[in-house]
Amino acid sequence: MAKKRRPMTIAEKILALHAGRKEVAPGEIVDAKIDIALGNDITAPLAINELRKVGAKKVFNRKRVVLVMDHFTPNKDIKSATQCKLVREFAKEFGIVNYFEGGDVGIEHALLPEKGLVVSGDVVVGADSHTCTYGGLGAFGTGVGSTDLAFAMITGKLWFRVPQSMKFVFRGRLKRWVSGKDLILHTIGDIGVDGANYRAMEFAGDTIRRLSMDSRLALCNMAIEAGAKAGLIEPDEVTEKYVLERAQRKPRFFKSDPDAEYVETREYDASKIEPLVALPHLPENTKPVTEVGNIPIDQVVIGSCTNGRIEDLSVAAKILRGNRVSSNTRLIIIPATPHIYEEALRRGYIKTFIHAGAIISPPTCGPCLGGHMGILAEGERALATTNRNFVGRMGHPKSEVYLANPAVAAATAVKGRIAHPDEVVKH
Amino acid sequence: MKLKGRVWKFGSDIDTDRIIPARYLNTTDPKELAQHCMEDEDPEFAKKVREGDIIVADKNFGCGSSREHAPIAIKACGVSCVIAKSFARIFYRNAFNTGLPILECPELVDQTETGDELEVDISTGIIRNITKNKTFRAQPIPPFMQELISAGGLMEWIKRKGLV
Ligand code: SF4
Repeated sequence: MAKKRRPMTIAEKILALHAGRKEVAPGEIVDAKIDIALGNDITAPLAINELRKVGAKKVFNRKRVVLVMDHFTPNKDIKSATQCKLVREFAKEFGIVNYFEGGDVGIEHALLPEKGLVVSGDVVVGADSHTCTYGGLGAFGTGVGSTDLAFAMITGKLWFRVPQSMKFVFRGRLKRWVSGKDLILHTIGDIGVDGANYRAMEFAGDTIRRLSMDSRLALCNMAIEAGAKAGLIEPDEVTEKYVLERAQRKPRFFKSDPDAEYVETREYDASKIEPLVALPHLPENTKPVTEVGNIPIDQVVIGSCTNGRIEDLSVAAKILRGNRVSSNTRLIIIPATPHIYEEALRRGYIKTFIHAGAIISPPTCGPCLGGHMGILAEGERALATTNRNFVGRMGHPKSEVYLANPAVAAATAVKGRIAHPDEVVKH
Repeated sequence: MKLKGRVWKFGSDIDTDRIIPARYLNTTDPKELAQHCMEDEDPEFAKKVREGDIIVADKNFGCGSSREHAPIAIKACGVSCVIAKSFARIFYRNAFNTGLPILECPELVDQTETGDELEVDISTGIIRNITKNKTFRAQPIPPFMQELISAGGLMEWIKRKGLV
């Protein structure tokens, strides 16, 4: 009788398949095939220089290298325009099919799932730390540097150490205004910014099953904020519906074996989780909104690869309808992709935002990384739906960033201080 | 490979935005990046640091973004190696891929201060704090990573292996 293979987690199964192995175990180093290699306007230029330095004449697959010029778009200065030009010329020369800029560009981690470029069961390496977002689809997405990207672009492979898996089980119905963002902030608040370093995080439980795809992507997006190599959710009907509507390739739906090994399992009663805020300067500094006290806010940003999707704009519109942004606060709203922008327009959200006094930005990373489109002065304070609140992240080193979900962000914009959505919208 | 240099000590969770702020990422030029290395943590760092100096930091050094500009900036401003209690995952990979040696050694971090002089043997992981006259043993660097360092990074390694 053939030896029984070891029970595996979803992360292990995906890596085993791509390494051409029946089974893999944590700690092993494997050479895995890559489905998608992703770069952006900051990281691709370095990768392209490396690739040219070794004299590569082609990439492993012209359709599987994806280049998204999203960080400084529309190009904010001569240097970023030069970086972008370098990538554009490379894309032309090497016949890269999926090159995005101008009116086609969206924030990469919102764009790739939306276009069906990443599908369930994939191994995706991106020279961008939030590549872990694709775990929301049941794909193994992981951030790498530009040299790793260059390697992957040339060979279609990369080495990985198979990570140990950690399981996070959420049970119960969510309170009103609580979303995937709060679940991940809660988790990071619990385990800390290196609580899952080198590991794969798997999110499970009935609460997760009820989450929309937008919320799942937001949740997995911030796995890196706990140091994780990947953050994954087992595919279910929600995944299948989302992926099958868009997939450009055949998805593969993997589930963890019931007896798979986890280094640690944590269970949370999700019905007790309040809308949260992460205080400066680390995502682990979380507190319920109701406990932060009176904190005036100069700028609110609703956008990014974490919370710039249609569900996020929808909840913001609900809160902003018929309200005005505080005269002490600027509100910047950034639909993450052109498609999301169009949908927001169709549903009347954009009108609501304009009437409320918000600034609408084209799809871009913009202020999320302190690039452009809303930079903070010394001493200013922002609340953002983004994922990082490090020192100087959105501008001056003496400015501050608070992280929260879009409902809290919209309520905060109206009140001019950190606010609970219930303070603005009464049931 | 033996290195010798003065220590600059930093705290825990030094993120990549502190190593090289995103506002400078519109270039890939190592020299330009070097001028802003650690700027939001210590605005004078790039001016004070000398060729061969060593960064010593607490846990989770290099957390945050995947920007390779971080190890590049550190290397280009003259730093010869980084020693920390632990490193964030992507930074760990990027450091070896770009040929910046890094070592994990919690005991040394607790007993070393800015200005101390260290002697580091990359191949054995033995580190001597000359100022304090103490010797420490870091986790040895895995053989594959040592190959990358001695090749001068992943791309040089690929060339040597004839993988292009
Ligand atoms: S939105 Fe922010 S976190 Fe996401 S890819 Fe852009 S800069 Fe990075």
